[in-house]
Amino acid sequence: MERVVRHFQEELETLKQRLLAMGGLAEERTRVAVQGVVDRDHEAIQAVLTGDEPINDLHIEVDDRCFKLLALHQPMAADLRAIVAAVKINTDLERVGDLAVNVAEAGKRYLQHPPVKPLIDIPRMGDIAQVMLRDALDAFVRRDLALAEAVLQKDDELDALKTQIFRELLTYMLQDPSTIEPALDLLLISRHLERIGDHATNIAEDVIFMVSARDVRHQPLEAHGPGGRG
Amino acid sequence: MSVATPSVRSLSGLVARPGTASTAVSAPVKIDVDRMNFYYGAKRALDGISIQIRANLVTAFIGPSGCGKSTFLRSLNRMNDIIPGTRVEGTVLIDGQDIYTPGVDVVELRRRVGMVFQKSNPFPKSIFENVAYGLRINNMARSKAELNDRVEESLRQAAIFDEVKDRLHESALALSGGQQQRLCIARALAIRPEILLMDEPASALDPIATQRIEELIYDLKKTYTIVIVTHNMQQAARVSDHTAFFWLGRLVEYDRTDRIFTAPAEKLTEDYVTGRCG
Repeated sequence: MERVVRHFQEELETLKQRLLAMGGLAEERTRVAVQGVVDRDHEAIQAVLTGDEPINDLHIEVDDRCFKLLALHQPMAADLRAIVAAVKINTDLERVGDLAVNVAEAGKRYLQHPPVKPLIDIPRMGDIAQVMLRDALDAFVRRDLALAEAVLQKDDELDALKTQIFRELLTYMLQDPSTIEPALDLLLISRHLERIGDHATNIAEDVIFMVSARDVRHQPLEAHGPGGRG
Repeated sequence: MSVATPSVRSLSGLVARPGTASTAVSAPVKIDVDRMNFYYGAKRALDGISIQIRANLVTAFIGPSGCGKSTFLRSLNRMNDIIPGTRVEGTVLIDGQDIYTPGVDVVELRRRVGMVFQKSNPFPKSIFENVAYGLRINNMARSKAELNDRVEESLRQAAIFDEVKDRLHESALALSGGQQQRLCIARALAIRPEILLMDEPASALDPIATQRIEELIYDLKKTYTIVIVTHNMQQAARVSDHTAFFWLGRLVEYDRTDRIFTAPAEKLTEDYVTGRCG
């Protein structure tokens, strides 16, 4: 019995490491895409546009691992919740990888125009999205409820920045219609970064479910605290 | 590992959980056990068991070997009485009546609370006689026709009639293991019990025969209150509505089966269902 469990634990540990590797890639690609836009670095943009394959490979590998663990070990309780969480986190991370490509695509178009304005809020959004992603994955690996809940709180900052960017760009576009095209691409970029934050939020919610068996999805933020719902 | 203070979650406290509404907890209490201790001589095998088992549901007892789950199951129809030196404290009520008070007719109790064992144990008689036996000694059939009807009804309830209808008068020992077990279930059902206790009823059977027994349990709970002891946790998860986890003679956790296997409240239960202890 014990030996079988140890085997399962090793498999589960490998699964976590693979998800972590995937998260690292997703985070790095987000960082490079945003940096490419800010620094007007065509090479960085190109690297993101062509480098999606490792994440896609991991996406398939992680699903396969989860599927086999469920079929062969029929896990229960915390083990079951961990694997169901891993399946969902896997999907979220793959989407983050796609969104990094979306940022690079919009960035590539944006770089064909002269700068609309100095970029301040976009890199801030990029930083927050990356931190959310990193914290959500740290929370997953360390089974850290407090950290997962902190990720949920951060999502509001990202939403606020996106609204702020929209308002600001609107004034540029009204003043000078030639900025409309590049400004729309900046808007799209902020939208993609905000979506990355949403995926980090999903991951954090899955971590809370995995650790405490509480389902905090689709609830007001106040209910997210440990005392919010038993 | 030691059990400090086993906390048994009250089932009635779990009704209002969004998205997981269950009618299970509203079922009436059939068996009500309060602070029950059980002794084999000086050795205490069960320690302060309190549990309410609901009517027309399947309740599974899980736990490692020697945890007391079979002892507890057998105490529900006083099967332990036949072991010398055993003693019971506390109360065991069935439909509000204490089955351990003096004057209780144990034969009548065992008619109401039937039992199916791990190893199928048909009498060395014909298939028909195996089922008819209990009806005869309890004078439960007034005519030959009624006897035939009751035997057929029991065999149908146990989902074995179609397989044996052409050889009812052949020896029961010629049946396969899975068929023998269903025959034993038919035999238990013939005398129309209210409660069916099953002690590892499928542990000696192949997967197909096991699946048949599990389907049967699912069908039978419409009519009977079923309590099943099983070592197979997937089986407990598949067939039962409520699950009770026993550990070292104590009831550690008792809750809806879906909760026990997805999010148990007790660390010890978690460790057991995930295979980390036991």
